[in-house]
Amino acid sequence: MTDVPHVPVGRRILANRLFLAVCVFCTGLAVCVLAVLIVSIVMDGVHRLSPDFIANFASRKPQEAGIRAPLVGSIWVCAICALTALPIGVGTAIYLEEFAKRGKFTEFIRINISNLSGVPSVVYGIIGLTAFSRFFGWRAGAAPIALGNPDSMLYLQLPFGSGVLAGGLTLALVVLPIVIVASQEAIRAVPNSLRQGSLALGSTRWQMVSQITLPASLPMIMTGAILAMSRAIGEAAPILVLGAPLLVLETPTNLMSDFTVLPMQVFNWMKRSKASFQEIAAAAIIVQLAVLMSFNAFAILVRQRLQTPLQ
Amino acid sequence: MTMMSSMQTNPASATAAPPGDAGPISIRAAAFDGFYGAFQALKGISLDIPRNQVTAFIGPSGCGKSTFLRWMNRMNDTIPGARASGTLTLDGEDILARSLDVVDLRRRVGMVFQRPNPFPKSIFDNVAFGPRLHWRHSRADLEDLVEQSLRSAALWNEVKDRLHASALGLSGGQQQRLCIARAIAGGPEVLLMDEPCSALDPKSTASVEELIRQLRTAYTIVIVTHNMQQASRVSDRTAFFFEGSLIESGPTETLFTNPKSKQTEDYVTGRFG
Amino acid sequence: MVSPAVAASTAASRGTPIPRAARDRSEVLVKTVLLSFSLLSIVTTFSIVAVLGFEAWRFFTGFPDTPGIGIIPFLTGTEWNPLLGGEQKFGVLPLVCGTLLVTFIAGAIALPIGLITAIFLSEYAPSRLRIVLKSLLEILAGVPTVVYGFFAVAIITPALQRFSDAFGTFNALSAGIAVGIMILPVVCSLSEDALRAVPQSLRDGSSALGGTKFDTSVKVVLPAALSGIMASFLLALTRAIGETMIVALAAGGLAQMTLNPTNPVQTMTGWIVDIFFGDAQANSVEYASSYAVAATLFLMTLVLTLVGTAILKRFREEYE
Repeated sequence: MTDVPHVPVGRRILANRLFLAVCVFCTGLAVCVLAVLIVSIVMDGVHRLSPDFIANFASRKPQEAGIRAPLVGSIWVCAICALTALPIGVGTAIYLEEFAKRGKFTEFIRINISNLSGVPSVVYGIIGLTAFSRFFGWRAGAAPIALGNPDSMLYLQLPFGSGVLAGGLTLALVVLPIVIVASQEAIRAVPNSLRQGSLALGSTRWQMVSQITLPASLPMIMTGAILAMSRAIGEAAPILVLGAPLLVLETPTNLMSDFTVLPMQVFNWMKRSKASFQEIAAAAIIVQLAVLMSFNAFAILVRQRLQTPLQ
Repeated sequence: MTMMSSMQTNPASATAAPPGDAGPISIRAAAFDGFYGAFQALKGISLDIPRNQVTAFIGPSGCGKSTFLRWMNRMNDTIPGARASGTLTLDGEDILARSLDVVDLRRRVGMVFQRPNPFPKSIFDNVAFGPRLHWRHSRADLEDLVEQSLRSAALWNEVKDRLHASALGLSGGQQQRLCIARAIAGGPEVLLMDEPCSALDPKSTASVEELIRQLRTAYTIVIVTHNMQQASRVSDRTAFFFEGSLIESGPTETLFTNPKSKQTEDYVTGRFG
Repeated sequence: MVSPAVAASTAASRGTPIPRAARDRSEVLVKTVLLSFSLLSIVTTFSIVAVLGFEAWRFFTGFPDTPGIGIIPFLTGTEWNPLLGGEQKFGVLPLVCGTLLVTFIAGAIALPIGLITAIFLSEYAPSRLRIVLKSLLEILAGVPTVVYGFFAVAIITPALQRFSDAFGTFNALSAGIAVGIMILPVVCSLSEDALRAVPQSLRDGSSALGGTKFDTSVKVVLPAALSGIMASFLLALTRAIGETMIVALAAGGLAQMTLNPTNPVQTMTGWIVDIFFGDAQANSVEYASSYAVAATLFLMTLVLTLVGTAILKRFREEYE
């Protein structure tokens, strides 16, 4: 038996136990911090929650302030964001995964998308401001061109100004990389044997994608979409840069309406020094978290329902 | 419609040629080379696949038999860098032609894979998938078509009461027969089978082999197998591949009992592979 | 008696063939539409570069009535005082310093704790616990950043102040800790995915050789998942660099070159928010400065992402 230096077994077992302790400690720490986060917010704000809180608009008096405008504004903006980002994002993923030939061009698109997912949301706010709100300075100084009837929802002004449409499109920029990457992973998860089976029966690529690949990847795509929308609801920086007014006392009526979103309202209230404003900020956060939880619950439900085993 | 005219519709004529002899030819290869990029997977293959007979491809792993099979329905098109030269025809039509409607080729030359791959849809929708790609049928005609395809695959009695249940609930052997029914529904002339029983248990294997024997009266069948006993049970003719070349081909019984080449003899007696 | 196969083909022939030309046309149409969607990503990048570049260039070279700042003074100056009446200073280094300080604190908290928690979830935790914690992480990943800002101002800063008098109402440490908590779920979730992707056969091999769970996790699984873990680190740091609302609420907005976490700092993102939140004139130098800062920010995250992609390519292990 050669004389090989080795670590005594006892020491390795001790290291194992120690490491387990460290792991549990870290996990416990993480969980505790998050628990403290939630509890402190709830404690601060729960007594401000009331049906009035949801129904009222903002006000100088904290007792009378409500989140009606930001809540409805958030819904509008997220709807526009979803209607824009989801088709474009899923479509891009389909193209990259099912149609594009491997080559320099596709590689360039992929690098682009991974870069875009790292861009800070303020930068998207700046782009949204320049591109959607101002159309790169086109007709600067002149009155915007009006299209349609202000009473209808689809009233448009060119350039878009800082209404819900510009806000939704800017948020779509923020979440687009998330949707693309999540959809790519969903499509990749579909077993190749199903694709081969479809092609062998005489389907074209698009027939295969629309009848086999997309239905099979739908649960994961939906999960990704809901994750993206959760992110969209929580973004304040791009909305701020876009120029959404600080005080909004009505809910949006058409695509050009002024608006605000929940995180912006929280930010506004937090910037005031009075403690009671902190409390209603906490209350608004509770509402936002509740909306988030229901989104996630919806995602899990959808995932369960649509999940058929693929193999 | 040319697609229907080239189908064998009279079962009686299939027994005219004694099994093992080359009768009318369905697929013909001459000096066929196949490449994956720079690698040559198939070298100078010249082979006739007779109509309404079962031809088996045998040979050790990596010899090119599956690759050759996949060229017959141009499934290799899905692999970047795959190309071929030489002659490969189906009833005289050039399979390798750029102008060929590959979609219709794949309807005429159906394929069954090694692992059953039913779609996550109902049994009915699985079988109807192919026909729906190519024709519009009335509901009654479609149901008729599905039933006849399932009967051809000896699966109808087992599933007739649950046509709209998920295909994934079937056993492995049933799933493979479903895949066969799926391929049949499009009205092919040729059925390509790439080791169709290797993922199945012995009982399912026996039922699929029996099915293959019955099906040859209506279709030309090419089966790749690494199981030589299966080849001798099921096929009329056998072709032995080795390292990309066709070493020998001929009536199955002759190839196994009296092979012309020493390599063939070594392989079928189990000295290598 | 007609064989079923014959009957099948007869039934098939009763259908009307679907016209090929229309099918091929729609195939081409779909491909074109999807390709144009994909091109939008390139258009977006191009717009970012164009817009930021153009405005930053104006900032550096000057407007019709104000002289430009110059790129060298911008990149090397250590004073940032754009709103002073008289002498305006536009050295970006204090902002960069603030960003890096906050990011460093955040990373020092989130990366180790996140990774170890990920190892616990992937290698040790029983399946039920794993599912619960992973769901929690998913939820946390969606919490708006203002919430963490609230946490920083309402909980962390008072706690720090109780600990030591050196902490003012606004300080870098409070913001750094909050950003760290914010990116913790990202690190944990992605690292855990990377660890779980390591095939079980590697773990079995290590155990069969007599390795403890610690040996297996740290000496076999961790190195195998290294590229995925490093990618998660870089993504988290990118998020930290780009974080806006937390620093806008908790860091203070005072641009100074300091490494002392008890001091208030201003980050690049905080400055951009300041300008757009405030009332600066559209064509003023201050306004243009935000574009220059945004351009710097964009370049930083771009470099980080490219480095990450390159590292991923080099270290990715193929398992099959």
